[in-house]
Amino acid sequence: MRSRTLIVAVAALTLGATAACGDSGGGSSNSDAAQARGPINIWYSNNAQEVAWGKQAVAAWNAAHPDEKVTGQEIPAGKTSEAVISAAITAGNEPCLIYNTAPAAVPNFQAQGGLVPLDDFSDAKDYIQQRSGSTADQYKSPDGKFYQMPWKSNPVMLFYNKKAFTKAGIPTDNPPLGSYADFLATAQKVVSAKGAKYAIYPAPSSEFFQSWFDFYPMYAAAGDGKPLVADKKATFDNDTGYAVANFWKQLYDAKLAGKETYNGDSFADGLAAMASVGPWAVAAYKGKVDWGVVPVPTPNGGSSPTTPTFSDAKNVAMYASCKSRGTAWDFLKFSTSKEQDGKLLELTGQMPLRQNLEQEYTSYFTKNPQYKTFAAAAAHVVEVPNVPNSVEVWQTFRDAWSNSVIFGKQDPKTALSGAASKINDLVK
Amino acid sequence: MTTVVSHRPPAVARRGLASRVLGRQPEGILLSLPYAVFIVALYAYPLGLAVWMSFHKYIFTAPGVSVPRPWVGLDNYENVLGDPALRQAFVNIGIFLIINVPLTVALSLLLATALNAAIPFRTFFRTSYFVPYVTASVAVVGVWLFLFYSDGLINKVLGPLAPDPSWLINERLAMPSIAVYVTWKQLGFFILLYLAALQNVSKELYEAAAVDGASRWRSFWAVTVPGVRPATTLVLLLAIITGANLFTEPYLLTNGGGPNGRSATPVLLMYQRGIEQGHPDVAAAIGVLLVIGVLIIAGVQRFVERGRD
Repeated sequence: MRSRTLIVAVAALTLGATAACGDSGGGSSNSDAAQARGPINIWYSNNAQEVAWGKQAVAAWNAAHPDEKVTGQEIPAGKTSEAVISAAITAGNEPCLIYNTAPAAVPNFQAQGGLVPLDDFSDAKDYIQQRSGSTADQYKSPDGKFYQMPWKSNPVMLFYNKKAFTKAGIPTDNPPLGSYADFLATAQKVVSAKGAKYAIYPAPSSEFFQSWFDFYPMYAAAGDGKPLVADKKATFDNDTGYAVANFWKQLYDAKLAGKETYNGDSFADGLAAMASVGPWAVAAYKGKVDWGVVPVPTPNGGSSPTTPTFSDAKNVAMYASCKSRGTAWDFLKFSTSKEQDGKLLELTGQMPLRQNLEQEYTSYFTKNPQYKTFAAAAAHVVEVPNVPNSVEVWQTFRDAWSNSVIFGKQDPKTALSGAASKINDLVK
Repeated sequence: MTTVVSHRPPAVARRGLASRVLGRQPEGILLSLPYAVFIVALYAYPLGLAVWMSFHKYIFTAPGVSVPRPWVGLDNYENVLGDPALRQAFVNIGIFLIINVPLTVALSLLLATALNAAIPFRTFFRTSYFVPYVTASVAVVGVWLFLFYSDGLINKVLGPLAPDPSWLINERLAMPSIAVYVTWKQLGFFILLYLAALQNVSKELYEAAAVDGASRWRSFWAVTVPGVRPATTLVLLLAIITGANLFTEPYLLTNGGGPNGRSATPVLLMYQRGIEQGHPDVAAAIGVLLVIGVLIIAGVQRFVERGRD
């Protein structure tokens, strides 16, 4: 009996392994697929503002194109959108377009064979470059093709709580936050005066993307827009990188920044007096915090709204299992048209990755002057580098950052040098 | 001279062959087929695939996309064993198991024994211990964060004795804190297993022990503990297996394995490497090593149990 069970088990395992080895090749003709038309599915983000935008865009399209119906839905829940999309690619059940594609995940999706190069469409390159200008170049893959349409950015800036600052006797119209020294003094002042328990509280967790909200905006500002990796080499193993790391280390050492998980929004809840966030936060903090906004600090001050900062962009990609790619491309152009970008701005407050935003939507920015600073910054955003092993690169950086800056177990300079060396191997 | 050749009737021969292949009750195979298919599809196939992946360079691809998946021998295992973060994760899970498993067995047996006795509000207590087990981890973690936060209730009660750094960001205390949390959360399930086992311990044995003058403590050691030994084996096995698969608690309680990787677990790193970073081959090697580790621990435990019997 036992031997029979063993035979069955071995047979099953062998079958499994054999099935795993076999991999059907093939693929469809790209040029035919690019012309194909018919109904398509799309996914968009699940926040209320973007759902509203997605619904109206789909409704407007469907009214004009009854034969090429678009069905929209929120991206299914998961630990991260990237994990959900990656699983969907593997299963072959991803939609044609996803309006929540993180640029950092694009190299992995591309390696999976899950993305359609938009260059398959004859007018794609011109369309993207006309809409986004030179900013679009950051979204090209190493093979020179666009696997993502630059869609919208959330230039990261520094929000401050006016009430907390007033309590500490800090001026709220132009607070001293421009240089690292000014920032540290202001942070100490606001905490000492019990304006808030912490001056600032970016998530101290180890997820690969958390460095986009503490290190990266300040590194972009201090390094005049240099990305984390350039010319297949890490760029942060230098005085600029060390300066940013030491600045944050001082905040953590002086307990001006929190090290524990906080299940909530520390800025909205009054736990922190400042937050590094993008324009999405304007709607989120409405009625909760009386806030002001300034550019992120630089080592010696002098930053302005045109100082580079991290984009926190989300883009649109077309996915490999899409059959009606002609319709998908037309819908993609429709949903990133001047009219739809205006709707996006109106409904979400996020900045379309479009040239001359302030001139294109003058009436919006006149009515909503609080967004002007973000519009100015939107033309100077820095993206995560489009390199192989992008997520692993960021995880390597985050581990070194947690080890040295947050928990002080290593000298930041040594940690950053070690991370740079590993990253150089990863992006070769 | 006549040679007598004995020929078995063909029908009997066929029955014999069928009997050898299908057993004496072939309809039993039909009845067990759905579960066998379930086991093969959801356990045997993924396990076989994981072993295969761990010896190849492998990425998940879209259907129809063909990429080379060359044999890489032990490279993925070398990658895992050479990575300090992964070695730390295996040490962390060892610490977790050393605290969690004995605590689970001791507390669940003691509490089950207490709840088996005729105490007031017995049903209320039984339900109370089970509530954390059926409550979503995400919700319960929120409560524990509130308790163990640096400004939380525990530190307020402890006052100057509160650890600095606080529990969940303290390198020495983070993993033990998680072990205690998981013990508390799963206690209800293990109590239930012991309660079921206690129903099978004969009352006569307790009466005989009482007649012999045994104290309550003595009859617990001499009657209850040996009487529920099969349940203890099950509890030990389940606690080891679920403990080795720890993911949610370090993900939510300690910032994804913090501080500084001191509460990272192999499964958490499997998720990072396999799903987030697109290296399922390395993740598969971690998984295979974890399976081997759990089998060794379970084997040692069975060996000790048999020695006792």
